[in-house]
Amino acid sequence: MVWCGLVVMAFIVIPLVELMTAPSLSGLKETLNDNEVMRSIWLSIYTAGWAALASFILGTPLAYLLARKDFRGKRLVEGIIDLPIVIPHPVVGIAILGVVGKNHWIGRELAELGIRVMGSVTGIIVVLIFVGLPFYLHAAKEGFENISPRLEGVSRSLGASMPGTFFRITFPLAWRSMLVGIIMCAARAISEFGAVVVVAYHPMIAPVLIYERFEGYGLKYSQPVAVWLVLVCLILFFVLRFLTLPKKKKT
Amino acid sequence: MIRIENLETRLSGFNLHSINLSIEAGEFFILMGPTGAGKTVLLEAIAGLVPVRSGRILIGGKDVTRLPPEKRGIGIVYQDYVLFPHMTVMENIRYGLHFHRLGAEETEKRLKGLIGELELMHLVDRIPLNLSGGELQRVALARALMVKPAVLLLDEPLSALDPNFREDIRHGLERIHRSTNTTFLMVTHDFAEALSLGSRGAVMNNGRIEQAGRMEDIFQRPGTPFVADFVGMKNIFEAQFSGSRAVIGGMLEIDMGRQAQGDHGLIAIRPDDITIAREKILSNNKHLFKGTVAAIIDQGFYYEAHVQVGKITFKALVSKRSLFELRLFDGAEVFLSFEANSIHAL
Repeated sequence: MVWCGLVVMAFIVIPLVELMTAPSLSGLKETLNDNEVMRSIWLSIYTAGWAALASFILGTPLAYLLARKDFRGKRLVEGIIDLPIVIPHPVVGIAILGVVGKNHWIGRELAELGIRVMGSVTGIIVVLIFVGLPFYLHAAKEGFENISPRLEGVSRSLGASMPGTFFRITFPLAWRSMLVGIIMCAARAISEFGAVVVVAYHPMIAPVLIYERFEGYGLKYSQPVAVWLVLVCLILFFVLRFLTLPKKKKT
Repeated sequence: MIRIENLETRLSGFNLHSINLSIEAGEFFILMGPTGAGKTVLLEAIAGLVPVRSGRILIGGKDVTRLPPEKRGIGIVYQDYVLFPHMTVMENIRYGLHFHRLGAEETEKRLKGLIGELELMHLVDRIPLNLSGGELQRVALARALMVKPAVLLLDEPLSALDPNFREDIRHGLERIHRSTNTTFLMVTHDFAEALSLGSRGAVMNNGRIEQAGRMEDIFQRPGTPFVADFVGMKNIFEAQFSGSRAVIGGMLEIDMGRQAQGDHGLIAIRPDDITIAREKILSNNKHLFKGTVAAIIDQGFYYEAHVQVGKITFKALVSKRSLFELRLFDGAEVFLSFEANSIHAL
């Protein structure tokens, strides 16, 4: 048992340590001065951030509804929410392109409005929302479920309206779960490659740039970029761990 | 004050059916019934927290059936307190004031009154997490009463408390009910609580009201077999009536000492009204039957003896002491007796 555990640990840790230690410090520094790299990393953060924000705004009412109400077809809705998790990533990209192209009325409407999805920042964000939203929905729903509906009922009986109750009771008690959801959504978005590369090779997000460097110049040239991207992901990871730390009970 | 007409709820599982209830202004009304009878659902329907399929709820003559909870002026206090965990005791108590504008003077007066009445002064800056059950329930009461609701709904407010706290809060409830003109509607399992606090009450079962009326009537003149059983009338028999005589099980004749209505019905006898003896004691107004002990069941503080008389099983309460003194055992021959006025026709 211990041996199996050690193998699993080694399997995860060794490649990552190798990746992080392979490039020289000067190589890493040099990469920081590479405009193309910096642009791609910032674009990754920027698009993932917007995707997380959009998931927060779009997803919160639905997560609340799912946590509070029983209705016909609820299981179907929950199933649909999980679909983006199981669909292969390039297929997500292809599916989205099918809707936003000239052959679909939605695509024509968007073109009319001057919104371009293919090969644009908008397109990247749309794809990232698609893959990231389930993670936000799950975390937020769980957060709402952990709050007794009776707290809201008592608040209403004391005179608070439904929105008043949400902002005074539900949100202060659920914000931690919602933030966890936002970070999980952002983390999922920042690591997406397959779906984005189909919809927008350019402008280049960091994973696409890493892929291009690897294809064009080989392992050595892709590693420094990869290290910087991993660092961004680790920051998100540590914030997440900190937020989900079991709260120490004050006695 | 509260009038409920033909109320039915619209929940996915359990529902209330044709609830009719009328509660007077300023009354202390008790709602009783077994677990799962729908008492909490009824409270929540009155508070507007549960969807209603049909029927009406009137409060102070006003139809509130379609009003949201915040427009009804109803306070609710739950068994598990439901204090806002992210607020201090003071913030909890003042919560309702965000939505009920009061003058500073009136606010201070009410705060002082409630905090004094419920002895919360030393707690106001604490958060609910580390308070005892009794303290939490006093805070919950203060929070609900701060906005002076016309009706206060109490869902087993004392059940989760230690017995000594329970007594305290029970007296607190009594005082508050006297000093405000709020109508109280309280769910309880505890008959002592029900009888000491309530003037009138109702027994619920399976989403319906079985009986409503004065507390004494519910306990002394149960209207249905269910209520009789619920309030402890464990001996319920079908009987044929002729004049003041009742025949149960086709063979036992009982003189009820009064005229029965109809020619058949149910009669009930409380198990504590039946006396068991080993010898035949003759007495004029008593009924005396010879039977066999079929079972003796340990009920904690006392035993329940099942005595078989012909086809009929009587259940009688026996103290531990008399169990030994009478040398009762399964199969023992005994005489059981009860008086005519302890027979209730349902």
